[in-house]
Amino acid sequence: MPKNIREEFERWEKTTLNKVISKSPEREPSFMTTSHVELKRLYTPLDVADKDYCSDLGFPGEFPFTRGVQATMYRGRFWTMRQYAGFATPEETNKRYKYLLEHGQTGLSVAFDLPTQIGYDSDHPLSEGEVGKVGVAIDSLKDMEILFDGIPLDKVSTSMTINSTAAILLAMYIAVAEKQGVKSEILQGTIQNDILKEYAARGTYIYPPLESMRIITDIFSFCKDRVPRWNTISISGYHMREAGCTAVQEVAFTLADGIAYVEAAIRAGLDVDSFASRLAFFFCCHNNFIEEVAKFRAARRLWAKIMKERFKAKRDESCMLRFHTQTAGCSLTAQQPDNNVVRVAFQALAAVLGGTQSLHTNSRDEAYSLPTEDSVRIALRTQQIIAYEIGVPDMIDPLGGSYAVEALTDEIEKKSLEYIDRIDALGGAVRAIETGYVQGEIGESAYQYQKEIETKKRIVVGLNQFQVEEEPLRDILRIRPEVEQYQKEKLGRVRKERDNAKVKQTLALLKKAAQGKENVVLPVLEAVKVYATLGEISDTLREVFGEYKER
Amino acid sequence: MSRKIRVLIAKPGLDGHDRGAKVIARALRDAGMEVIYTGIRQTPEQIANAAIQEDVDIVGLSSLSGAHNNLFPKVVQILREKKAEDILVFGGGIIPVDDIPGLKKAGIREIFQPGASTEDIIKYIKENVTT
Repeated sequence: MPKNIREEFERWEKTTLNKVISKSPEREPSFMTTSHVELKRLYTPLDVADKDYCSDLGFPGEFPFTRGVQATMYRGRFWTMRQYAGFATPEETNKRYKYLLEHGQTGLSVAFDLPTQIGYDSDHPLSEGEVGKVGVAIDSLKDMEILFDGIPLDKVSTSMTINSTAAILLAMYIAVAEKQGVKSEILQGTIQNDILKEYAARGTYIYPPLESMRIITDIFSFCKDRVPRWNTISISGYHMREAGCTAVQEVAFTLADGIAYVEAAIRAGLDVDSFASRLAFFFCCHNNFIEEVAKFRAARRLWAKIMKERFKAKRDESCMLRFHTQTAGCSLTAQQPDNNVVRVAFQALAAVLGGTQSLHTNSRDEAYSLPTEDSVRIALRTQQIIAYEIGVPDMIDPLGGSYAVEALTDEIEKKSLEYIDRIDALGGAVRAIETGYVQGEIGESAYQYQKEIETKKRIVVGLNQFQVEEEPLRDILRIRPEVEQYQKEKLGRVRKERDNAKVKQTLALLKKAAQGKENVVLPVLEAVKVYATLGEISDTLREVFGEYKER
Repeated sequence: MSRKIRVLIAKPGLDGHDRGAKVIARALRDAGMEVIYTGIRQTPEQIANAAIQEDVDIVGLSSLSGAHNNLFPKVVQILREKKAEDILVFGGGIIPVDDIPGLKKAGIREIFQPGASTEDIIKYIKENVTT
């Protein structure tokens, strides 16, 4: 770098800056990001002097994808606006989906209730009180037919937040599509299918890690021929971030999980280039604006290098980190909830500046309950305002080249890689989760964050400063308790009307496949088609695989 | 010297959101209490039994899934059936304000809402538990 910048910088520090600081010191002795990256006062060309533009940043749509995974990014088409939604019965959720599609949403994202996610039917004793609460209840193919009634599955892409029961819900989706006359080969969408972060943070595991990983690689293998346009996994940092980890930890733990899945698939005999382009990612976008933008760019570059150098991927598509973003639910406050609209807008903008492929914006009332229709509309409108009004999507990676953004991108990449090395040394992500290392790191960060709020080291507007006397929000979405009874009765009718001999037969075949080495997805598909329930299929696998218990 | 306050922090139901429960367990520990954390996916029976076996003074229930109206009162009910009604029960999580009167009527002594500080909870426990 030209010597005169350094000289000029030092001169500035000694004169202009020093004059001001000696009279009035800065607000804090030092400034940190959430990942404890100490921020410089000013970033200059000196901070990016060692970068090689072509190899470190490159061009959009080309390795290492720092500037984005598509050649035209949002000049070609906007990110997919995809609001995570689902509650109560499939009938009610179907109405919400039609409402969202009418209002310009471009993809669906299904939230399932906890029994569906953990493999219990609505009439299971452990489902009591949980049916339809955090998402829609799906017991059998019947419910899935109702959920997508009147929604052409060849026209929409659908993301499903489903993990330990992902094979079942994917099979149901394929079966519904077939009934609509849509071939599985053209279906587009995503199943989350990321079990590792369930042990680490989110909690909807069923089977032990090894058996869960086998189901996942079976899904990879099934989809590469039968559902080739489907994203077979969405490797998720979101929930670990929501559980309290920092931006750097989010990148590190997510990519470490990604490494574990790639290794498992290779061990199962798959060629890396046959499945890697179907891996998708899912990140959170929190409040620290520049750190978040840098995080996405860093994650993209780091994953590209991992795929190429560690796994010797040959195709560029195998090295692309494509991701969905959701704004940070944990950043929303119950106090002065309208302020959440502003938080979400900043987070959404950071996600777009970071090059996200799809986006969910949270609603202002989510510290109280699932959002109302009005709140969801504001959240969707926030994305539309970014897309249509503020001009940001008209350039590719407009913050690229900013001294601060590039320096932080480097720093986050470096610190994430250090973490990944540590996880490798522990024996990889599966071991690091089994031993509780990842959970411990997340818990520690969460506790520090809470302490910072309580000591006012961290200000949350309306929560620990600028409070007002206010009435709590009362106009919220309530799930009617009758939903549970309604689902139970519908389930009872399905059990009565179906061919029970066929159900038994298909479940027996599934059991045999699970005990042996056959791919389990095919027999799951056969079972859902004859209306075997989600609980019955999960129980069949429980008998063979056993259940995981939290340490 | 009075003995340490013993607390059970529990996650009833299928909800896996344990950030709050873990942060509170640690804060109570740092405040000098003996804390047992059950882990996620506990039934009301398991929680009540653990409370009795561990001889705790107070139980804190955390739920963010909306199942609190079903699950919280059950814990209190089972404690009563087992003649352990001296064990206090409080709760927290994503709990709509209109649900609070019903929960209190069912015997849950206090409900902490989003934004509550660990200081508030420590203070509440110290004021309400006599050891």
